[in-house]
Formats: sequence, structure tokens, C-alpha cells
Amino acid sequence: MTALTILLVLVLLLVVFGLLFRLQILTSIFSGTYVREIGMSNRINAALMIVFMVVGGGAFFWSFSENFNKMNPPVASVHGHAMERMFWITMTVIGIAFAITQALLFIYSYKYQHKEGRRAYFFAHNNTIEVIWTIIPAIVMASLIFAGWKAWTRITGPAPKDSVVVELMGKQFNWLVRYPGRDMKLGVVNYRLIDASNDFGFDLSDKSALDDFTSTEIHVPKGHPVLIKIRSRDVLHAVYMPHFRVQMYAVPGMPTRFWFTPTMTTDEMRAHLGNPKFNYELACNQICGKSHFAMKATLIVDEPDDYQAWYAKQSPNSANADMMASYKQTSKNAGLGKGGSAGAKAAAIEETGETPAVPLAAQASM
Amino acid sequence: MATNLPSAAQAQGGVGVASVPHTEHDDHLHGHEEHHDQHWLWKYVFSQDHKMIARQFLITGMIWAIIGGTLSSLFRLQLGWPEATLDWLQPFLGKWIEGGKLNPEFYLALVTMHGTIMVFFVLTAGLSGTFSNFLIPLQVGARDMASGFMNMLSYWFFFLSSVIMFASLFLETGPAAAGWTIYPPLSALPQAISGSGMGMTMWLVSMAFFIVSQLLGGVNYVTTVINMRTRGMSMSKLPLTIWAFFLTAILGILSFPVLLSAALLLIFDRSFGTSFFLSDIYIAGQALHNQGGSPVLFQHLFWFLGHPEVYIVIMPAMGMVSEVLATNARKPIFGYRAMIGSLIGISLLSFVVWAHHMFVTGMNPFLVRCSCS
Repeated sequence: MTALTILLVLVLLLVVFGLLFRLQILTSIFSGTYVREIGMSNRINAALMIVFMVVGGGAFFWSFSENFNKMNPPVASVHGHAMERMFWITMTVIGIAFAITQALLFIYSYKYQHKEGRRAYFFAHNNTIEVIWTIIPAIVMASLIFAGWKAWTRITGPAPKDSVVVELMGKQFNWLVRYPGRDMKLGVVNYRLIDASNDFGFDLSDKSALDDFTSTEIHVPKGHPVLIKIRSRDVLHAVYMPHFRVQMYAVPGMPTRFWFTPTMTTDEMRAHLGNPKFNYELACNQICGKSHFAMKATLIVDEPDDYQAWYAKQSPNSANADMMASYKQTSKNAGLGKGGSAGAKAAAIEETGETPAVPLAAQASM
Repeated sequence: MATNLPSAAQAQGGVGVASVPHTEHDDHLHGHEEHHDQHWLWKYVFSQDHKMIARQFLITGMIWAIIGGTLSSLFRLQLGWPEATLDWLQPFLGKWIEGGKLNPEFYLALVTMHGTIMVFFVLTAGLSGTFSNFLIPLQVGARDMASGFMNMLSYWFFFLSSVIMFASLFLETGPAAAGWTIYPPLSALPQAISGSGMGMTMWLVSMAFFIVSQLLGGVNYVTTVINMRTRGMSMSKLPLTIWAFFLTAILGILSFPVLLSAALLLIFDRSFGTSFFLSDIYIAGQALHNQGGSPVLFQHLFWFLGHPEVYIVIMPAMGMVSEVLATNARKPIFGYRAMIGSLIGISLLSFVVWAHHMFVTGMNPFLVRCSCS
């Protein structure tokens, strides 16, 4: 009730001010002192154009430099460096155009403000100028796009044949991680087999699924291409790893992928940032519900030897007694679990081979 | 017996207010107003006069702008000062404040509703509805829009859509909360987020009416510009403002139906068990039956409107800026024909670049590249 009263008071105050302003003009009209002329207020506005340009421009550059490091963490991947290069080339080109156009906008607004006796120069059209300032930006934009096109093709193209493969499955509200295990092949997963001890939905009738292992952290080796295969279990999520300049949606029903090559281990980045508690973070970047803001995972970049050692120590699905036990019942309920590996593959949405050149054919029909 | 029925001319959607013939009034109610030609219901409420309708759009748009701005203040309070306690908002927001912070689902609902309100209700209806309605007949030299009746319907469908959207803010389970882009499966599954229950249903119904309103208005603007220009006004003498409004209306007519189709398919997925956008989902302890759908399909349908939508928002403003600049500088806008060419170029190009909203969706990267603009 108090809140409403306060709100009402504020609204009424605004109305009062508005009316007072209007009253002032009306009284000056009635008393004959109101002169409609372009006077002081126009000059003030014109000067304000310059003030706005200086203050606004200054604030813009200050804000950019102040916050750049927060929005652009140090690059830790190979393609990330390429992106940084393109970012700065683009910013330079755009920055020059920005500076010129804004300077002209504000300075001319000030310089050519209303002056008694001065009239605007009549200049209604000029095709030559139009052509010039269409062609030149078109060429510049085409060049920027071409450079981007090339990088994009490389980044979204097939992963190198020797990539390390890890699969992430997003769910409300955490990331499940699995590796292909000793046979270097990811096993088949099927959402209908998901239960309390089988978060991923491994189809354990597929031999390759038996030695897959899950993990609570994502480990990748430095200097080695990493192919991240991405799934979702319920709604759209996104794999967002800013240090590696990686972002890709996790779509239920349509596995996606992204590959990159890390260039700095977690320890190296800790030394670089002077922060011993730093960890690479994977954040969910697509609204997925109540705890979307807290949905993240830790990614650790190891030296290749450390990675191998860690990999060898992980325990596969076949050693997970709960999962093996509950699989029997769940697969019977779902009508799956027959036909071995071939049957498993046929019943699932995509052949999750580790072959990095996994076709985007599934998405080509979109 | 006196009647308050509208005259035949009005029923046909006749032109303008001034030409409406005298209607009779109940003497004991309106004795002192006999000299008025129109009953206030038909003059102020269900008006077919383009200027009155423009005022209606303006007021409704302004009210929505205040509501949308308030919503944004709420979530920006939370975002800008994450450590601060927001208990003082409890009298206003009740159960949506938990432990001194905004309920996370409510936060998402605020963001969603702010986006929806600002983009659709303020910037599309509030801008186009106001200025196109007010200025097109005046600036092309017509007495009123091609169809005053359709114009009136356009406002009242917008009003209906506004009432539904406003009501959804006060639901127990919360308004729609899946982002203003309402991507499924989040927007299709009530078990994914509470705002995807009744809140989402009301959002979809409201938007369906809203789209009808936009189509009615758009067709009217286009017809008026094409058919009702005064003698001597060729297309190449149209003010740039009208060119902008005209092209905006065409954009709207061609792209809003696609959003309607996306909304319709989403309604089917939510209520009738179809699988347009849903596939392979395990949620709330249950594997859903849906197979074969694609969330990316919704994104295509949404952004096919979503991109032209941003041009629908800005082109009226750009047209009006041209007019204001030229008037105040007391000289014609530089390069009138080039400006028309630019507006047409923008309109054409805007239809082929929607995938630039979908770079990270997992869509085929080659096709995405073709939207590099």
C-alpha cells in the first residue's frame, strides 16, 4: 500500500512539473512576451553536440579499454588467435569509419547550426558520390567477409584425423562428460536408456560403449586437436568456453560438434594471469531454465603426458556395477538392448563414431 | 426508436469521419449532444479515423513502454548489483523475491517479457501503428486509410493481444520465461521451466492476435500508398517517410505469417503431442515420446521473421529522420532516389540473411555462411 502511494506521488509530481512548464509558455503567450524565434536554446543545443561528441566519445573509448579484458580473456587456442587477428582488423576498419562519420555528424551539426541570414547550400543529389560511397564500402566489406569465410571454413570444417574426442551432454543443470575409452570409439547412447545410474543413456549392448568412461572434469591435452561432440538431453544448451573462443549449441535430437587446439595448459594460464585458483570454465550459454546461470563445468588442459596418465587411470562403464545391473531392466522396458552393436546403432539417432570427419549431412537438410 | 447503431457508411469501412451522416441519439441520455454527429463509442473507442487510431496506438504503446522499462529496471537491479539484497521489493513482487534475490525463473521471465514487450508492443505496434496510421493518409493526400474498418480492427486486435500479454504477467506460474526468442524445447515443455506452462500459452495466443493486427494494418498501409495517392503524386514524389512506412508494411506482411506458423506449430507441440520441434528428450525423469523434430526448425521460422523484424523497427524511424532533417535544414534530402534504392535494398536483403542469427546453432556451416551480411 505504501508502495502504491509513493508511486502515485511520483506520477503526480511529474504531472505537476509538466503542467507548470506548459503554464509558463501559455502565460508568456498571453502576456505577449512569447517570441517564437530560434535563439539561445538552439545555440546551447549546438554546443552540446560538441560536448556530447567529446564526452561520449571519451566515455566510449574508456569503457572499451576498461572492460576489454573481461570480455576478451587471453586466447588459449590456435583458431582463437586467428579470431583475434580478424577482430582487430575489423575493429580498425570499422573504427576509422566510425570516427570519421561521428566526427562529421557532430561537428557539422555544430558548425552549420542556424545562423541568421545563412541558408543551406542546395545540393540535392550527385550520382558520382553515391557510386563512390557505395562501391568502396562494398569492397571493404567483401574483403572482411572473404577473410572471415576462409577462417570459418577452417574452424567448422573436418577435425584433424588424430583429434582427441570427448563428448559433452548438457542437461538441466550440469554437463555430463564422456570419453571413448581404450578402444578410442564412442559407444552408442540412446535417450530411452537413461536412468538413475545411466545418465548418458549408454546402450551397453554396443561393445564400444562398455569401455567408455564418464568424468566430472574435462581433460584435454595441450597442442593436440580436440574434437568436442555435443549433445543435449532435454532443452537447448550451449557449450561456451571463452578462453578457447568456442561456442556451439547442444541440441536435443541433433548432435553437434566443435574442434579446437588448446595452446596453454591450466598451469601456464594460472602463471600468466597470476591467479593460482584459475580454471578454464565451460559455461552454458543458452537459456535452459532455472539454474542456467550456474550451469558450468571445469576444463583442464594438461601436458600430453599428464593427459595420457589421467586417461589410463579412468574406470570404464564395464566396471560400473550399478549401471550394468540397471541396464538390463531399463533396456527391456525401452525395448532395446538386442542386436548387439548394429542393433544399438540402428535404434539411436546418430552413429557416434570417433571419426572426426563426422558428416554434417544430418544438418545439411535443415 | 432512437438507435446508436453505426451508419451504413461506417459499416462498409467508409472513408473518414467527416462524411458520416447524422445518427440518432436517445434523447434522455444525450439531449444536450444532439449536435454531435457521432456517438462517443464510434468516435473515440471503435473509431475508424486514422488519426484517432494512431492516438490509440500511441497511448497503448507508451503504456507498454513504461511497463517494459519497469521490467528491465527490475532485472538490471539484480544483474548490476548481484550482492545487494532486494528484500525491499517484496511488497511489489511477493513470492518472486527469495532470500533477497530475484527468483531465477522470474529473472528469466522478466528478460523474456521485457524483450517481447519492447520489440513487438512498443517498437512494432507502438511505432508503426502510430506513425504509419497518422502520416500515410496525410502525406499521400488521401482522406483516410483504404479501409477504416480494418484499421479499427487492427487496433482492437492489438488491444486484445495486449490484455492477454498483460494478464500473463500476473500468473501464478509466471509469465513466459524462455527468452523473447522462446526457443523450444524450453518453451514447449512446462516441466523445463514453470513459465512454459500457462504463461507460454498466453504468450502464443497474444502473439497470434498481435500478428493478425499487424497484417490487417500492413495491408491497409500498402493499399493506401499504392491506390490512394493524390493526383500528381507519383511513387517517385512520395516523401521518404512514406517510402519507409510502405516498405516496412511489405516486410511485415511477408514475414509475420512465418512467426505465426512457428507459434502455431509450437502450440501443436505443446498441446497436441506433435513433434515439430521436439526429439529425443529425457526430462523430469521421463523419456518423452517425441521423435524426428528439430529445434533448429523453430529457429529458422523465428528468425525468418526476426531479421526483417528489426528492419520493421528501424525503417519507419529512418524515414522520419530523413523528413525531419530535410525540413529543419530547409533543403531536400540528399540523394532521394539513392535513399529509395537503399530502402528497397535493405528490404530485399533482409529476407536472405536470417541465418546470421544462427551461427552457433549447429546448422550446416556452409548455409550459414550464405547469410553473411
